[in-house]
Amino acid sequence: MKVHLTHPPTDLDIPGPTRVRQLLQQLQLTPEAYLVIRGDDLVTEDEVLNDSDSIEIRSVISGG
Amino acid sequence: MRCKKCPQRAAIKLPQHNISYCKDCFTEFVHSQVAKAIKKQKMFTPEDRILVAVSGGKDSLALWAILLKLGYRVDALYLDLGIGNYSVQSRHKVDHFHETVAQPLGSTLHIHTLAENEGAGVKELATMMHRPTCSTCGTMKRYHFNRTALEKEYDVMATGHNLDDEAARLLGNVLRWQTEFLDKQTPTLPASVDGFAKKVKPLYRLTEREMAAYAVINKISYIVDECPMAKGSKMLVYKDVLNRLETESPGTKQSFYLKFLDKQAKEQASTGSITSHDQQRLTPCQTCGQPTSMEVCTYCKMMTKAKAHV
Repeated sequence: MKVHLTHPPTDLDIPGPTRVRQLLQQLQLTPEAYLVIRGDDLVTEDEVLNDSDSIEIRSVISGG
Repeated sequence: MRCKKCPQRAAIKLPQHNISYCKDCFTEFVHSQVAKAIKKQKMFTPEDRILVAVSGGKDSLALWAILLKLGYRVDALYLDLGIGNYSVQSRHKVDHFHETVAQPLGSTLHIHTLAENEGAGVKELATMMHRPTCSTCGTMKRYHFNRTALEKEYDVMATGHNLDDEAARLLGNVLRWQTEFLDKQTPTLPASVDGFAKKVKPLYRLTEREMAAYAVINKISYIVDECPMAKGSKMLVYKDVLNRLETESPGTKQSFYLKFLDKQAKEQASTGSITSHDQQRLTPCQTCGQPTSMEVCTYCKMMTKAKAHV
């Protein structure tokens, strides 16, 4: 699946299927600091992400 | 995962509340938390005119949206800091929200541009004055939001500080035992002396993650990037530490800040209010008249230095 991480801006190709919780663990990201977005929708930690999905992992810390 | 309140698919899980919500129930939850904050901290009433400080970020735009949805009389002020492309994008987000959401509801957007009024952007002003950019930015924001609220006769000024902002600031103050700053860390600061507008933080019960989720769910287009000037900021380090603690022990941020507020409310009842402390130590600035603990306020000192530099 295509994964775009907003901070730092990074594009990754990660094989699916995998759960949101596992994806964050794999990337060593703190769940409290990120939202996982598929299309226009937020997805919860138990959701399965498939190989064909395009995912944005958005840092919740923004602005200044 | 299903919403705990209705049969819909959950959009977000909130471990600190041990609950999951769908989009609609989560939006309702956020509105109820803001309504609770306004009531509990006696922030304002439906009759009051409110000025929201907006930056183009998720918190301030969401606050503007929420207060309009709750039926309050709210306008906004955007301070154009002149930070290159970041400010261009921020301004675009604010203009877009104003044109598509706020203006149709009768809400006004005020804009103050540093380059036009102070002669330079915040980074250049900071360099001229040999001060950190974030500190200069803070002084500019506090001065202009307060001044605009007073000049345009708003009853109260609201900012989008969320629970993470307040918990990180509290952690920073406690780590250095800067107890003199703690009494001002309340969600409602009264108009303690002539020249100060009342200031409130209606999002203090909601985490940064909840506010970002609210913006995504309600299709509020905001600037996702961090301010380029904030790189290496201690606040980001404190937020990161708190988020690691929160993941291991959900509810940590909430109990850290909200229990501090409970403790502080009891202490202020016994030691005197913010108002009486401010009245004892603040006098009008000799240059601009805004309240200050010095003869000339920090803003006026900075602008004198900046003008000498040009």
